[in-house]
Amino acid sequence: MTYTTIGVLAVLIVVFFDLFAVKTRMVTRPIFWLSYAIIVFFQLITNGLFTGTQIVKYDGSAIIGGSSPADTAPIFLGDGRIAYAPVEDLLFGFSLILLSLSLWVFWGRRGVDRTPTSGPPIWRRNN
Amino acid sequence: MGDFMDFGRWSYVAILVFVFLGSIWLEVFLRSRVLRRPKRVLFTIFPVLFPFLLWDAYAIGQGHWYFDESRILGIYLPADIPFDELLFFIVIPLASILTLEAVRSVKGSKSRRWLVGDETT
Repeated sequence: MTYTTIGVLAVLIVVFFDLFAVKTRMVTRPIFWLSYAIIVFFQLITNGLFTGTQIVKYDGSAIIGGSSPADTAPIFLGDGRIAYAPVEDLLFGFSLILLSLSLWVFWGRRGVDRTPTSGPPIWRRNN
Repeated sequence: MGDFMDFGRWSYVAILVFVFLGSIWLEVFLRSRVLRRPKRVLFTIFPVLFPFLLWDAYAIGQGHWYFDESRILGIYLPADIPFDELLFFIVIPLASILTLEAVRSVKGSKSRRWLVGDETT
């Protein structure tokens, strides 16, 4: 299986896990998507650092785009890449984040350290 | 883009430190209170490690991705997984939990629209 195939499968499996296995239904919640929007912005920066500095390289036969060049940074945008990294990384990241947050909420529901809950930010009084 | 961030063997870990510092401040300033729920953190991150390290092992074995050996710690888990990757699968889930809880902190835990799903009512 290619990275592309595994990435798509991983997203499907984790969405199924969230909706039907543990029924945390994160993908139906605005708070998940707002959190994800923040996280994916920083994911692109982090991925860009890993891939742009060539700490991590990818084989073109496993991804939509071509192989990472031998000794120079890959293209920033295009050829199946976004911020130097393969677009497949977005599938990888989404499944990692959704699984983490779904499990986090699952354990909270089960009463494992449900509290103390977060908030308010320090600039707001009370509590 | 290679030179301005040359931390040698610590280059990979340096990026994780960036992610950690970029998210841990939420614990203090937005009172995300994630570290005050250590058992829940452990129960969440530990099971995540297995499928993703398995994926990592397969991808490394197949050559889907590979690492610059001069810029990772040089310690390896079974299946040639760099130890740095294990740290990745701890730091990233932690950062995502901190983010979720920070958003809840800002939105308030009483708003129906912003329910996380672990509320008692």
